[in-house]
Amino acid sequence: MEKTVNQKAWFLVLPVLLLVAFSAVIPLMTVVNYSVQDTFGNNQFFWAGLEWFEEMLASERMWDALGRQLMFSGIILAIEVPLGIFVALNMPKSGFWSSFCLVLMSLPLLIPWNVVGTIWQIFGRVDIGLLGHTLDALGINYNYTQDTVAAWITIVVMDVWHWTSLVALLAYAGLKSIPEAYYQAAKIDQASRWKVFRYIELPKMMGVLMIAVLLRFMDSFMIYTEPFVVTGGGPGNATTLLSIDLVKMALGQFDLGPAAAFSIMYFLVILLISWVFYTVMTNLDKREG
Amino acid sequence: MDWMAWTWPTAIFFIVIASLLITFTILAIKFPETPRTGILRIETTRGDRLFITLLGSAFINLAWLGLVGANQPFALVICLIYAAAVFRWV
Repeated sequence: MEKTVNQKAWFLVLPVLLLVAFSAVIPLMTVVNYSVQDTFGNNQFFWAGLEWFEEMLASERMWDALGRQLMFSGIILAIEVPLGIFVALNMPKSGFWSSFCLVLMSLPLLIPWNVVGTIWQIFGRVDIGLLGHTLDALGINYNYTQDTVAAWITIVVMDVWHWTSLVALLAYAGLKSIPEAYYQAAKIDQASRWKVFRYIELPKMMGVLMIAVLLRFMDSFMIYTEPFVVTGGGPGNATTLLSIDLVKMALGQFDLGPAAAFSIMYFLVILLISWVFYTVMTNLDKREG
Repeated sequence: MDWMAWTWPTAIFFIVIASLLITFTILAIKFPETPRTGILRIETTRGDRLFITLLGSAFINLAWLGLVGANQPFALVICLIYAAAVFRWV
């Protein structure tokens, strides 16, 4: 028989709860309060009901930003996951070079996000940046401040540079956990390289890959700093992702009501994804344990 | 509390959620339970089902507001049916 769940232990987290109340719950409640009111500053509020939610749901601007956001997350996942697996498969399995690769791969993960943005902002500049200048010298018209495609390529490549390591490291950990016996059995059966990958390595990596995909999806869905530093959401609105648009609305235009309604919907999506993430992870743990 | 810009409807909203959480906490202490596996094929306790209900209800309300746009209270009726379904089958 399974053990019953003892929920009393939750009382031990009360101190954390108090801290979270001040840092997250109370501000979030305030956002909910803002979302149903209108203000002209001076801390004076007027009841607006569900107007802002209606406005936001009908707003082309929000749907466009959501579309760009999903496109961004889709593109980086489609590149980073296969590339990460490919890198992990080709990393040395032991010895000096294995440690060397691991350290090298971790480096981009340690750089603060605004620094990553600044690096790529300068790297891509045509006048002083290595990448921009080289492309210009090769006769390729590349200008991420004016050309939509160039701007997108820059932020996608930047994200791939920054985060592929994470997928690779996770996939590498998954690969390392496969017992040698599996490979020996495959050798006896004369399995091809592809079949070894398809029937041994991929199923064994599934758990960590799931974590990698969910982590990368959630992170890219909330991305703000890097694209903001590189393109500032431009040219026009071409790289204005959800969080950039939200900050523009809340702090740039000081439209607290619509921005609050927008935040709540954004929060709900993130909450949903986090819940899926948590559920998948705990269920994987149970299956393995 | 002035800076939080409270209104009665939002206060009631949070009071309902808070009392739901308190009720479920008391229930969990008074009547311990074994988690069960429902149609989502994940183990859930009453608290998990409450979370799924609340999160789902938020999306149902938004969908109603975006697609129908009028008679918002009817969305709550759908939420109640959804809640019953979650507690019965998930």
